Amino acid sequence: MIRFSNVYKAYPNGAMALKDVSFHVSKGEFVFLTGHSGAGKSTIMKMLFAEQRPSGGEVRVSGYNVTTLRPDDVPRLRRRLGVVFQDFRLLEDRTAAENIAFALEVTGARTDTIAARVMRVLTQVGLSSKAELSGGEQQRVAIARALVNDPAILLADEPTGNLDERATRGVFQLLRDINAGGTVVVMATHDLDLVRQTAYRIIEMRDGSLVYDSAVDEAAAEAQ
Amino acid sequence: MKLLSREALLSFRRAPLLSVLSVTTIAFSLFTVGLFGLVAINLREALRGIEERVEIVAYILRGTPAETIVIATQDISAFPEVQEVNYVTEEQALQRARAELVEFRDAYRDLQVNPLPASIEVRLKDGYRDATSAERVAQRLKGFGFVDDVRFGREWVQKLDHLRNLTGLVGLVIGLAFAAVAVVIIGVTIRLTILQRAREISIMRLVGATNWFIRGPFLLEGAMKGLLGGLLSLALCYGGYLLFRDKSGGTLAGLIFFRPEHMVLIIVFGVLLGLGGSLVSVGRHLRHV
Repeated sequence: MIRFSNVYKAYPNGAMALKDVSFHVSKGEFVFLTGHSGAGKSTIMKMLFAEQRPSGGEVRVSGYNVTTLRPDDVPRLRRRLGVVFQDFRLLEDRTAAENIAFALEVTGARTDTIAARVMRVLTQVGLSSKAELSGGEQQRVAIARALVNDPAILLADEPTGNLDERATRGVFQLLRDINAGGTVVVMATHDLDLVRQTAYRIIEMRDGSLVYDSAVDEAAAEAQ
Repeated sequence: MKLLSREALLSFRRAPLLSVLSVTTIAFSLFTVGLFGLVAINLREALRGIEERVEIVAYILRGTPAETIVIATQDISAFPEVQEVNYVTEEQALQRARAELVEFRDAYRDLQVNPLPASIEVRLKDGYRDATSAERVAQRLKGFGFVDDVRFGREWVQKLDHLRNLTGLVGLVIGLAFAAVAVVIIGVTIRLTILQRAREISIMRLVGATNWFIRGPFLLEGAMKGLLGGLLSLALCYGGYLLFRDKSGGTLAGLIFFRPEHMVLIIVFGVLLGLGGSLVSVGRHLRHV
């Protein structure tokens, strides 16, 4: 589903955001992307939804080659992905249902299907329509919006960064449920407690380099 | 489509002042072009009447036998530019002068000798009634040995021609200046809207809305402003036209207004202006959202 092959990213000032990063994510996986701020997590996430292009190497996502993606194909790729962020990125003057419907409206969904699809994802994330939303509930709305187009891959960039412990547990459980349904989940986080709770794959970044990939390194350790 | 027009209409509510300003600048731009255009087409209309009367007159040396002249008129009427040739004898010239120049009637009556020369009057065909064709025919007439002098209303026809061209040019230049201002104002309005809606636009991008879907409302907004501006400018032009026609006390009663195809052209131009302004601005500013 996702393949990074010897990916480099140089910024105009010459700094290297990514140095020779390679990894591969298969169908149905849940992957943690960890590392300090500035280690390259966000750059990887941005490349996954074609917000940034690699300066060298190749990035493939869900059948699209991000390195050579035509501008017209960027929206096509994004409709096959769901993306959630630390800051939710919701429209505050609209209700939960309107936020989700917005994503359908602007991607040209048939008007008569919108209400039903919105209800379905709201139920899936455990929300009913109401006016005031807590942080955890806002992130659930964002996740519901990300799911409404039935994505093959869900990208979550520090999804629990703004949430208290209880809300974090709830949102994390929701992501696990989504993954259990077959969706690939890539979650960037520096919450190591969360990472250690599970046996999911961990990719660790440091100064733009991939320094640890549990899928590769554990296999190597077992082989020894 | 409903969403598209709803978003486009919203901009008028979001920035009413700037929207009104964009519409009025477009209107003024087209009004200027239109007004000078009206002057130009009315001048052309007036010139057409004058050009029909453009005659080339060749004065004939005294003592030329009438037969020579009759044969020459047949040659002249075979010129491709020539519609009609008329031989005016000395006596006819005198009679005409007596009839037309009332003030000099007494002077002409007492003459012992007819001072007026005979002449050949040449009328040109439609399509050859311009200064260059007249000049060409005049040169050929001068080639006849019995022709003394050739006159035609070259100079003032040329002057009117220049005036007409100048009017069109001045109108175009001022109109273009206004058009540039209109494009800038539309650009500012759209920039404002884009900044106001930066969050919405970034989310649209994120969930995979196509670029054209995002641009659509802005382009429609620009086109609608252009349409309104075009209609307003036509109304202004018509107002100006009526004012001139009716306050002139009859001397300009024959003024004509735009033909329907001209009006459509002005409106189309307005729409293109609005569309162009928004296209430039959207292209520039959407990238930064």
